[in-house]
Formats: sequence, structure tokens, C-alpha cells
Amino acid sequence: MGETISLNLNGEVREAKAGLTTTLLEVIRDQLGLTGAKKGCNQGVCGACTVSIDGKLARACLSLAVNSVGREITTNEGLTEDGEPSALQQSFIDNGAVQCGFCTSGMIVSSHALLQDIPNPSIDEVRDGLSGNVCRCSGYRKIIDAVRGVARG
Amino acid sequence: MVAEKTTNEMYQVGKSIPKVDAREKVLGRAQYIAELTRPNMLFGAMLQSPYAHARIIAYDTTAAEKVTGVKCVLTGDDFEDHKMGPFIKDEGAIAKGKVRYMGEPVACVAAEDEETARAAALLINVEYEELPTVLSPEAALEAGAAVLHEDLADYFKVFEAIAENNLMSYTEISEGDVDKAWDECDLIVENVYETQAQNHLSLEPCGALAEVEPDGLINLWSANQSVFRVQANVCECLGLPMSRVRSMTPKVGAGFGNKMEAHIQPLCVALALATKRPVKMILSREEDFETVRARHPFKIRCKTGVKKDGTFVAREVELLLDGGAFADDSPGVLGNATLMSVGPYHFPHAKAFGKVAYTNHLRFAAFRGFGNPQVTFAGEAQINDIADKLGIDPIDLRLKNVLAKGQQWFGGQKVDSNGIYECLEKVRVSSDWDNKRKNSGENGIGISVAGHISGLLATGAIVRMLEDGTFVLNTGATDIGQGSDTVLTQICAEALQIPIDRIRTATPDTDASPYNWGTTASRVTYTTGRAVVGAAEDAVRQIKDYAAIVLESLADDLELREGGMVGIKGANKEVSFFEIAAMTHWGVGGPIVGSHTLVFDQSTIDPKRAVAKGMPFTNIGVFTFAAMVSEVAINQVTGKASAEGAWYAVDVGQAINPGLVEGQIDGGYAQGLGYALFEEMIWDDGRLANPTLMDYKVPGTAEVPYDIDTTIVEHPEPDGPFGAKGVGEITLVTVPASICNAITHASGVRLRKMPFSPERVLNGIIENEIT
Ligand code: FES
Ligand code: FES
Repeated sequence: MGETISLNLNGEVREAKAGLTTTLLEVIRDQLGLTGAKKGCNQGVCGACTVSIDGKLARACLSLAVNSVGREITTNEGLTEDGEPSALQQSFIDNGAVQCGFCTSGMIVSSHALLQDIPNPSIDEVRDGLSGNVCRCSGYRKIIDAVRGVARG
Repeated sequence: MVAEKTTNEMYQVGKSIPKVDAREKVLGRAQYIAELTRPNMLFGAMLQSPYAHARIIAYDTTAAEKVTGVKCVLTGDDFEDHKMGPFIKDEGAIAKGKVRYMGEPVACVAAEDEETARAAALLINVEYEELPTVLSPEAALEAGAAVLHEDLADYFKVFEAIAENNLMSYTEISEGDVDKAWDECDLIVENVYETQAQNHLSLEPCGALAEVEPDGLINLWSANQSVFRVQANVCECLGLPMSRVRSMTPKVGAGFGNKMEAHIQPLCVALALATKRPVKMILSREEDFETVRARHPFKIRCKTGVKKDGTFVAREVELLLDGGAFADDSPGVLGNATLMSVGPYHFPHAKAFGKVAYTNHLRFAAFRGFGNPQVTFAGEAQINDIADKLGIDPIDLRLKNVLAKGQQWFGGQKVDSNGIYECLEKVRVSSDWDNKRKNSGENGIGISVAGHISGLLATGAIVRMLEDGTFVLNTGATDIGQGSDTVLTQICAEALQIPIDRIRTATPDTDASPYNWGTTASRVTYTTGRAVVGAAEDAVRQIKDYAAIVLESLADDLELREGGMVGIKGANKEVSFFEIAAMTHWGVGGPIVGSHTLVFDQSTIDPKRAVAKGMPFTNIGVFTFAAMVSEVAINQVTGKASAEGAWYAVDVGQAINPGLVEGQIDGGYAQGLGYALFEEMIWDDGRLANPTLMDYKVPGTAEVPYDIDTTIVEHPEPDGPFGAKGVGEITLVTVPASICNAITHASGVRLRKMPFSPERVLNGIIENEIT
């Protein structure tokens, strides 16, 4: 199973076991119980596993757990406010931006990062920012509305 | 009767409330199959066939069995010869005796962890003797072709299948006399169209978790569109009584047909039975691509004859489908495609017939639209060619020929709710059709219309009052993300006149839920919605009976009042559900349980009008209608067509939740756009060449335009719940045809083969320049 590592996850220090090839996605999902990030492709394409590492978006399925030591990792669960929906998460609810929900955590992490960079994004800026996140249920329109909706308050 | 209220009076119906499960999903807390665990759980993995068609000579499992952590290895020899299948029972839990497509599961392993299971599976040695392959329906139907199912004649079939050798099913419907009718036509157009295989690509890969209790009862959780189809399939192919299997569902990461019938559940149950420990199997994306199912490739010969003034006279359609290695839903898809071949038009003479053949490909099966997107592409592209030849505007030509009120669908079924004319008029205005058609700028616009069914088979609902007067609604319908839990709750709340938060929706469970055939065929809102209304009415009858005692009145003089009250009509006296619940639980009568079940029973074929052969279903559904305009831009250098906008008008009878209807339109558009422009599963000599998301592209934000305009048209379906009918599939059906027609408008190129790749568009442009 490999060595014990210590991760800075959603503002808490969490210990896990990781071998050299263990991905961050496996660690956070299987050992640390944070299952918002999903394994949709395990290949870095779908974006369902998106997390933020040191403020940058990352594919948890392509990130090695051992390389994540000493960095600030934030998952969708870490964006909630005391377990309650954040304004962004609430905007996903209010705008009907959730269907099956499998892409949702990844979408929210990407959208959060986008809003940090561009507080009032245009439609095309949101499309750009979410271009690495696949949603097979929607046509993205309501997701874009959710992101822009929270920006406009 | 509650079901007869009109839109204006509705209390919960017609409101875009958020989905009841949206909160757990945005918080990242919703549990899908991959999240479930049981104590002492093992992981399963499978070995897949390296050949498309081969006899299995021998297995050697010793190396795999020796691996530390491996608990059990199963091969075809460990399975009895039982078969499953919704139409033709031709498929075992695992390959036995021979393999019929590359990637087919041939052996499986359960081990302490996933890595060990996957590594051990690769250590299983199987000796094969290769057989000749058939890799297209044409090759499959040739005399002397290698036969996939030598015992086809003996297989159990649920309908009178016309099947022989590699012919899986033949279906034919005809009305009038097409052969004679061609003489009456001023213009006859005949073309051949081709469509490709599309992967469902539900973002969640398929998976299952099975556990055998000490008394032998099996608990089975899986990603599915029907806990009941899972139960039936597992029991059929493993020879188990259905009373031994309890099938349940966690949240499902979408299903567009791929999770309707079995995927990995039978193997997972077999491993759990063999090890007496819980076993979980989650497919990798590649395995999901290679072993689950996909949309049928079609070849379509379509011939249409019309009068000079544009009046439609006759249509003949001939279909040839690749069915893949197992029948699955193929006979149904062929049947529906045949029925939809004529579109929402009145043709006095029409004939559609076709074959689906077994081939050494992955099984093709149900996929949003169920054969309709393919035939709609052909028919609607051809109608545009006719409009061009006659010099008639494509919308005018359609308005002249769409089914009028009272006209029947092809085959003879009556159509009660028909908003097709209005749909066409709406998109003409919303898309600014007349202007855009005239000013042929860079972009092109294209129209397409369709009808589709919503219906099929059996469903039920139980509405149970709790001790405090709130309710549990139990239907057994799996919410695959489209929002049926929310819609059914709204229907129930409307019928009971109570707020949404006083109803809890039970999760589907074959031990506890009434039968529900499945979340497929755009059927849940319409059929299950009807059952919910019936069950709620049953509960209301009982509530009124008890209220009559309390209020010292007659039940007939009572009315429901918003918020969970029963009152005497015209008087102030009333009693709350809370009081009725307390009384029935603790004093008089017993707790209130309302229930209702039904099976869709309107005949599809009217034998007085039409002749049908080999139809796999007798009662398919009521009709939903849509019209859409697509706008595309063409890059003249690369040939790349990109979608720039879409305008929809969809007749859904009554939108129970307009926001969710829009969600279905958006999603159907995006999935249809990918299908039209670039999605394609490609086989290289029996091997699927692109089973990854790297190599199989799906639409992202860069490809799907933001501008999707949706108009909801409401022509109430008389027996639908509050007038509603389904919407899930039709939103995709019209997309390829409208995009194809837009490409023609933009570039003058008429494509008859999907997808409309840059290469095909460019070749068309070049050819047009030469000629
Ligand atoms: S699972 Fe990581 S990108 Fe798809
Ligand atoms: S909601 Fe299903 S994939 Fe986005």
C-alpha cells in the first residue's frame, strides 16, 4: 500500500497511505471519504475529478498522491460553507444546473477558480473556463447561467 | 377529478422548482455505485476476449488463483447454460463455448482489492480457435456467412420474431399501396443514408455491488435505469428465482439507454455467490466502451413521392441495422424505427421494412431516440431536397403535410394530443426563419420535425400516509438525473394539494417498490405519472371517507384544500391530514395506502388500416412532437461545421416542471450535436479502435452554443397526468436532420452519411465546385 503521507486537504491535515503510482483521486475518494470528485475517465479528459492544488486546477486522476504532499488541496466539499451550499453551489441549484450530478463537483471546483480570476465573467469566458469539464446531461447553458448568476449576486 | 384541472388552477404542476436531489449533488455528497461499500467487500475484475469470433477450447486459471488476495476465479465453465434478453433470450452472463465480439467478458476474478483483481484477471489463460467473423450486417446476411448463434431457432422469444441464421429480426409495416402510388407522383426522390455508432457516454461508468446474505438472499445495488430489469436479467441468466434477488439503486450518473438492460450485474452476483462475500465491480471507461452497448449504425433507403404542389403521396423506407453480437433491445429499436420512418406526416401510401442482423460487434441497443434519430435524419433531409426541387419553403412544405388533428400515426394509432403544427409555427418565428433563409450569409439554417413516443408497458405507484399526515411516494422508477423524482413528487403534490416537502420519494427497491419497467422510452412522466395520479386519488378517496366521519358529512360533499386539509364544500368546517393520519393509525380504519398500477394498452397497429409483420411490441405509446431550427457556420477552408444556435418548440402535453423540460432540451441538443458532427465509434477489423475519451470526443462548452431557445408547447394528452407526456428523447431526434439541412443551406452540400465531419463537408464543397 506504500508509505504514510500527510495531506493538507480542505484546510485539514489528513493522513493516508500511498504508493508511488497511487493517484490523489484514489486517496481522497477511497481513503479519505471525499467522494464528490468522480472517476469518469481516469485519463485526464472529462474533468469530473477536478480539484484545486495550491490554487490551480488539477485532474486528481492524473495527480500522484505523493506529489501532493505539502500543497493546499481543495475539493468541492471544501468549498461548502460549514456543510451548507456556498453561493456558487446554491446558484447551481437555483439555475437547474444539476442533472445526474456526476460532473457537478468538478464543475463547481472549476467555476470557483474561474470566479477567483474573473469575478464577472462573460458567457464566453465561462465557456472557456469550463472547457475541460464534460457534462453529458446538459447543454452547459444552465451551468453557465449558474456561474454568471452568482457573479452578479 | 384532479387530473382534469387546467393550467391556470395548478398548485404544484407547471412550476420550475429545483430538483429534489440537487442539494446533495452540489455538496458532493450524493452516493453513486462507486461510493458504496459493504463490510469485508471484495473487488471484481474481468478478462475480455481478444477475438471477435472464436471457439473457447480451454481455460487455465492456475496462475490467477495463486495470486495472493485472489478469492475466486470464474470462467464460462462455472456457469450453467441460462440466457437473458428483453426480446430474444440469447445472452449468458459470460461467454460460454464461444466468444462473439472482441472485448466480451470470458472470465472474472474476485480479490481483496481492485488492483489485485485486475492483475489476476490478466493471468487467466484461454485457448481459442478463431472463427470467421461477420463485421457488417451485409456480410452477416450473405449466404454461407459464419453464424453467431447456432441455436437461434431454439431461443425463447417474447414476440413472433422473424429470425434465421444471422437475421435477428425483420419488421414491416405498410398502409395503402405504395407500389401503385408512385404513378400518381409528380416527383420521386430516392436516396441512401448512413449513420454511425454512437456511445452513450454516461459520465458514470457502469458498476454493481452484490452481497449474499446468510439465508441466501442476494442484495444487489447497481447503476441502472430499472431495478426490475436488473432483477429479471440476473435471475434469467443465473437461473435464480426472482424472490431471491433484491435489486436497488443508488444515485445514477446518467443513463441514455446504456443502463437499461444488464451490464456487469450478473458477473458481480456470480462472484458474490461463489465467494460468499460482497463483491463490487466498477468498469473502467475503456471496459464500459467495449462491453456495454451503443447506438445502432443504420443504412436507410428512403424514397418519397409527392405532387407538384408539394402534397405527400407515398413513402417507402428500407432499413438495415447492425445489431451486434446479442439481441438486447435491437428488435425493439428496429420496430420503433420502422414505425417512425414516415415521420409526423400524412402519407396516404407508406411502407417501411427492415432487418437487424447479428454481427461480431458489441451489442447495439437502446439509446435516446430508439432508432428514431436515424430515420428522422433520412426522411427530413429528403424532404428538404424535395422542397428545393419544388421551390417551396421547407417549413411551408412541412406545414402542408404534417398530421392534422384527428389523423392517425403510420400504422393506425390515433393521436389525441398533436401540437406539431404549432411547433412549426413557433420555431419559424423564434428563429427568424424567413429573414435568415432569405439572407444567405455565412451561416445556414435548417429545419427538422419529428414525432416520438412516450409509453410502453407496466408501472405502478404507492402513496402512503405517514403518522403525521405527510407522505411517502414509491414508484420504483429510477431517476437517472433527468429529474423524475422531482416531477413525480410534483404530480403527487398536485393530486394531494400539499407542499412538495411533505412528500418523500422512496428509492427504487424490488422488495418494496411496485413494478416499473424502467426509465426509458420517455415514459416515466407519462406512464408513472398516471400511476401516481391514480394512487393519489385512491389515497384521497380513503382520506375523504375518514374525513366524512370526523366532519359528519358525506364523502361526496368534501373537497381537498391546499396545504393538506379536507373541508365540506361551501362550508368552513375542515379537518387536516394530520388529524386523519392520527385517527387512522391509532383509532379507526387503519393507515392510508393508495395504490395504482397500469400497463400501456393503446394499440400501435390498427389492422383495418395497416399490415404489420414481426412487430416486437403491440402497444408502444402516445406521441410527443417537436420542431427545431439549427444554425451552423461552415469554415470554407477546413470544411468544419460548427453549431451556432438552436430553436426548439416541443409539445410536451403539459410541462410538469418547465425548467426540467428545458434541461432535457439542452441535453438532447448537445448529445445530438455530437452525434451529428463528430461522435463515432470506429472498429478496425473487429477491434474498437477508440474506446477512450481521448479518442472519442464528446461535446464540451467549446462545441455547444449558448443560444438554445426553447418554446414549450402544451397540447394536453387526455390520459396523461395533468395532460403531460414525455420529453426525454425527442429533443435529440431532430438534431442531426436540422444540422444536416443547415449545412446544405450554408454550403450547398447535401450529406447523406453521418457524422458530418469536416472532411465530408469539404469534399462536398469541392465536388460542387467541379460540377
Ligand atoms: S476522471 Fe480525471 S479527468 Fe476524467
Ligand atoms: S449532470 Fe450528468 S454529466 Fe453533468
